[in-house]
Amino acid sequence: MDLTFSTEERAFEQEVRDFIAANLTPELKRATALTPSVFSDPDIGMAWQRALHKKGWGAPGWPVEHGGPDWTPAQRWIFEAESARAGVPNVNVMGVKMVGPVIIGFGSPEQKNFYLPRILSGEDYWCQGYSEPGSGSDLSSLKTRAVRDGDDYIINGTKIWTTHAHHANRMFALVRTNEGERQQDGISFILIDMKTPGITTRPILTIGGDHEVNQVFFDDVRVPVANRVGEEGKGWTYGKYLLEFERGSGIASAKLREALKTISDLASSDVTGRAIDDPDIALRMSEVEVDIDTLEMTELRVLSALQTGQNPGAVSSLIKLRVSEIRQAVTRLGVEVIGNDGLAVEPARPFYKLNHEPAIPEELLPVVPEFLNGRAYTIFGGSSEIQREIIAKMVLGL
Amino acid sequence: MDLTLSDEQRLLRESADRFVAETFTADHRKKTANDPLGFSPAIWKQFAELGWLALPIGEANGGLGGGAIEIGILMEAFGRGLVSEPYLSTVVIGAGLVAECGTEAQKQAILPKIAEGTLYLALAHSERAARFDLAHVDATAKKAADGWRLNGSKIAVLDGATANQIIVSARVANANGASGKLGLFLVPAGAPGLTLRDYARLGGGRGCSLDLTNVALPADALLGDGSDALPAVEAVVDRAVAALGAEAVGIMQTLLDTTLEYTKIRKQFGRPLSANQVIRHRLADMAMQVDEARSISLRAALMADADPLQRSRAASGAKAKIGKCARFVAEQSVQLHGAMGVTEELDIGSYFKRLLAFDTLFGGSAHHYRRHAALNGRTQA
Repeated sequence: MDLTFSTEERAFEQEVRDFIAANLTPELKRATALTPSVFSDPDIGMAWQRALHKKGWGAPGWPVEHGGPDWTPAQRWIFEAESARAGVPNVNVMGVKMVGPVIIGFGSPEQKNFYLPRILSGEDYWCQGYSEPGSGSDLSSLKTRAVRDGDDYIINGTKIWTTHAHHANRMFALVRTNEGERQQDGISFILIDMKTPGITTRPILTIGGDHEVNQVFFDDVRVPVANRVGEEGKGWTYGKYLLEFERGSGIASAKLREALKTISDLASSDVTGRAIDDPDIALRMSEVEVDIDTLEMTELRVLSALQTGQNPGAVSSLIKLRVSEIRQAVTRLGVEVIGNDGLAVEPARPFYKLNHEPAIPEELLPVVPEFLNGRAYTIFGGSSEIQREIIAKMVLGL
Repeated sequence: MDLTLSDEQRLLRESADRFVAETFTADHRKKTANDPLGFSPAIWKQFAELGWLALPIGEANGGLGGGAIEIGILMEAFGRGLVSEPYLSTVVIGAGLVAECGTEAQKQAILPKIAEGTLYLALAHSERAARFDLAHVDATAKKAADGWRLNGSKIAVLDGATANQIIVSARVANANGASGKLGLFLVPAGAPGLTLRDYARLGGGRGCSLDLTNVALPADALLGDGSDALPAVEAVVDRAVAALGAEAVGIMQTLLDTTLEYTKIRKQFGRPLSANQVIRHRLADMAMQVDEARSISLRAALMADADPLQRSRAASGAKAKIGKCARFVAEQSVQLHGAMGVTEELDIGSYFKRLLAFDTLFGGSAHHYRRHAALNGRTQA
């Protein structure tokens, strides 16, 4: 057992560092640091996706025949860790990490040829149509209907919590094509062009003041049957496959460590009146740091298992749960560290393009919105309560 | 980067798990709990035959040259069976200190005997006024014409009454009085002026407090060459903390497994306890914390021979985190067993007490989060 990387892996780490140094402009880095929402806006996220694509690194988890870089699990770890350390923007994960793997796994040759290159290049921007007003944790009760009419489906209904629907030109959605015996039956996985007539989008502001999510309405929206992925009625299987990616796809410890470092640096600076001198804050910072060390070891245990061809088991729920809780602990510490400056609320967005002098130092602007928006971490992608139920079933066999 | 077990390590785990499951039954524990020795010398001999006593000792001194990972594998198995043999005190701490700061002659005289199972050691370091500060030692060692004179009091000496020789820490005094240096002295059992108060330790094994009144020792009783022994004590205690962390993981896993089974069998309101979501989620949290303890314990073991700052940070982080997880798992295990969990009729209580002892040994979570913060330069120690 050892924690060190091989000479080849060290060389790869240097290559990643060099790539980031050459491509991450000060503007992109600043914009990322000043983004308080869960996802980066497309102006910075897609700039980074294009740079990655040019290097051949546009989709780290994809097989090589579809444009993946053919990395080992250790290389993926290094890439994610270095990206987090450097503070690169989030790319469009709904494309690269969610719909991409589903199209690769279950799509037709035509779908693969058409969509995959457009995800890689950043030409397409995807959003995810899963939740509905009446179907949150109980996702498979979804009611948005797709009725067959010749070579088309006609879709009626509504999706909610749709991240970046207002930026996306495409949506992958779960829709009901049949009433099955179980509510999981009769769901299909369908790809929708957001410019299709009958689609309207309503913005929903989150408590941090960011416009990230939306409600999307479908009124007699006509989508070709050819846009269905895989078999009719099997959408639930594909959707669950994707959720496992969503939960387990992140190598989160490096990002959390960077987030804690940001807060720790603020706490050690005169901007916060050296909040770190409060022993309670110092102790809790150590507590969170040890939680991140723990998570990192769990992620490395999973990585080791993957590398030796073993199945890491149902740890993705376990990791999702802890990542979301640690993220909230870090953002909560942030609010305490900035003290009185947390009372100043800046409503304008984005912070990196303000037309006026902010009331508090620029680097403090995202702290409170990050905490507020961050309450969503234990809710999206399957709430913590759902994760505990999955652990009870899959890990404990209850 | 590889965190999977090697073939040899897997074999060690299998044999340790098997031996512990067959030997350390509930009946066996009841017997040793009332035994004034607190463990079985016959089993200790088997440990020697299995090579476990030689495991971390260097090959030059008759050992197998194993490291913290191998120790962790054994300790996790020991935790599952609540083993009370003095492995931590003799092999991890005692042999560890001799290897860390003994002279060549001392290593040759002591380590092969530990490997073959004929010598028991213990460390007497903690003092009442020190709480968990390893640097705080008031006991003194004065140079005399024929060697040393030791005076002072020690508490929480693990398995002290078993030991043939007790390693006692003391401030070395020069002609003018106290010097800053910490010395470690080999004190033979029964030395005149040495008084022990032996007790059955919480959760299994023995402990004692002791007084040293003008204990006369020969010049070569000082372990090592006379340099300050504090760094060696810190290193060995960090490694002991890593070993204890692995033991705690074994204890917690057993508590989780036992509680899980119980909630499936125990019926109330016409259904098993485990059919209730409040119970299922509690068990999920317990499983998560056992897994977290496993992860951070591994980190402490992997860092056991790193530079002192990294090593101590990992050890303190692990002790603090595992302590927190252990408390949760232990308390919830008793809670979910209902009134039966508070009785001596089930094994649960023994495991609970062993975790309580784990939390106390070498300082609890609060102490180690403070040490972690101080090591990170966030606060003054």
